[in-house]
Amino acid sequence: MARKSHVQTTINGETVEFLCESRQSLLEVLRDELYLTGAKEGCNNGNCGACSVILDGRLVNSCLVLGVETEGRSVETIEGLAEPDKLHPIQDAFLENAALQCGICTPGFIMSAKALLDSNPNPTEHEIRYWLAGNLCRCTGYDKIVKAVMDAAQETSA
Amino acid sequence: MQDFSYVSAQTVSEAVSLLDENGEKARILAGGTDLIVQVREARRDVGLMIDVKSIPEVNVLDYDDDAGLTLGAAVECYKIYAVDAICNAYPGLIDATKIIGGTAIQGRAGVGGNLCNASPAADCIPPLIVLGATCVIAGPNGERELPVEHFCTGPGQTALEKGEMLVSLKIPAPASNSSSFYLRFIPRNEMDIAVVGAGASVTLDAAKQTIVSARIALAAVAPTPLFAEEASELLAGREVSDAAIDEAAQAAQAIARPISDMRGTAEQRTHLVGVLTRRALNGAIQRI
Repeated sequence: MARKSHVQTTINGETVEFLCESRQSLLEVLRDELYLTGAKEGCNNGNCGACSVILDGRLVNSCLVLGVETEGRSVETIEGLAEPDKLHPIQDAFLENAALQCGICTPGFIMSAKALLDSNPNPTEHEIRYWLAGNLCRCTGYDKIVKAVMDAAQETSA
Repeated sequence: MQDFSYVSAQTVSEAVSLLDENGEKARILAGGTDLIVQVREARRDVGLMIDVKSIPEVNVLDYDDDAGLTLGAAVECYKIYAVDAICNAYPGLIDATKIIGGTAIQGRAGVGGNLCNASPAADCIPPLIVLGATCVIAGPNGERELPVEHFCTGPGQTALEKGEMLVSLKIPAPASNSSSFYLRFIPRNEMDIAVVGAGASVTLDAAKQTIVSARIALAAVAPTPLFAEEASELLAGREVSDAAIDEAAQAAQAIARPISDMRGTAEQRTHLVGVLTRRALNGAIQRI
């Protein structure tokens, strides 16, 4: 068995320690070591965005980050979005707009939308569509997702 | 995925020593958007990944109106297009950094990694060539510099020798009355690999009537990105005209030696070289 490294990082605001092999991706660490199964494995090669998380404030594909690279860094995942008694406005907007069907891509879309609204609170539809181009959905046809992000932007910037 | 060791190198000399000691099985990790996929898919045999993102020299992003740009090899795309002065000085490079992958890829991938991955279709390489970029390379015998058009030697192959790593890219300050442009043909709007890519930089005289100099470079039409030297040189001293631009486009087509594959046929690619070279040149001129 390969040697494991000790890694300390911040996940959703909490200090977390874990052991992982160098070859384990951040996605594998989140799902298999920390049991945070919100981020999904779709293509595992950077095309689909189902594993999107926010690393030090930037949207990344967690399948293309090594777990060992996150030493001393800060990771935001879908699990950190809602408050105990209240969904995040982007989550609400996805529900209100029926912006999901099977749901596999949804955590990635929501993290991607959060990264967008964190950096640009009032994006145009064009900006939303380009920003989300790295997140694939095979159910909705995208319109409802784009509408949900527009609604969430209005809600959060109002 | 194959088992490998990971080291976060803190200095250029540490990374160079590790590369030198471990030979072919050591590989530099910057954004990882190509490397991690290649190892996962067993397309590259790696025993040691040397993470260089903690090394100060590979994170430099320094632009000066006189000295030009020093771009550390690990600087991510999103940091480059966030600097207005760099966007104004090198719009052709910005065209490329904004179309490599989607938002999440641009948060990790950088120009230096795009160059070292040495894909014939790499979007960043034609702009680097037309902007006259120089590679700063560190190795066991010290530092050397290499014009970017000599860096790629084949698909996935570079001029880096044993123990050598790319530290940064230096791009000269743009001349007055000059600009640059890069575009590619893809069958979608975004998130795709170039069927053909073309970059151009153009410097005009003060009256903006005559071309002082131009550089043209192509992607995805040969085993490496190509500097279209003859096509570039025949524009020097010519008046800005459709005839001059057509001649350059034909000269660029003459050096293309594309293959036919799932993205396009050789015939289509050769045709596209003409179309995209004209558009890149006109695009650069319109920006002046």
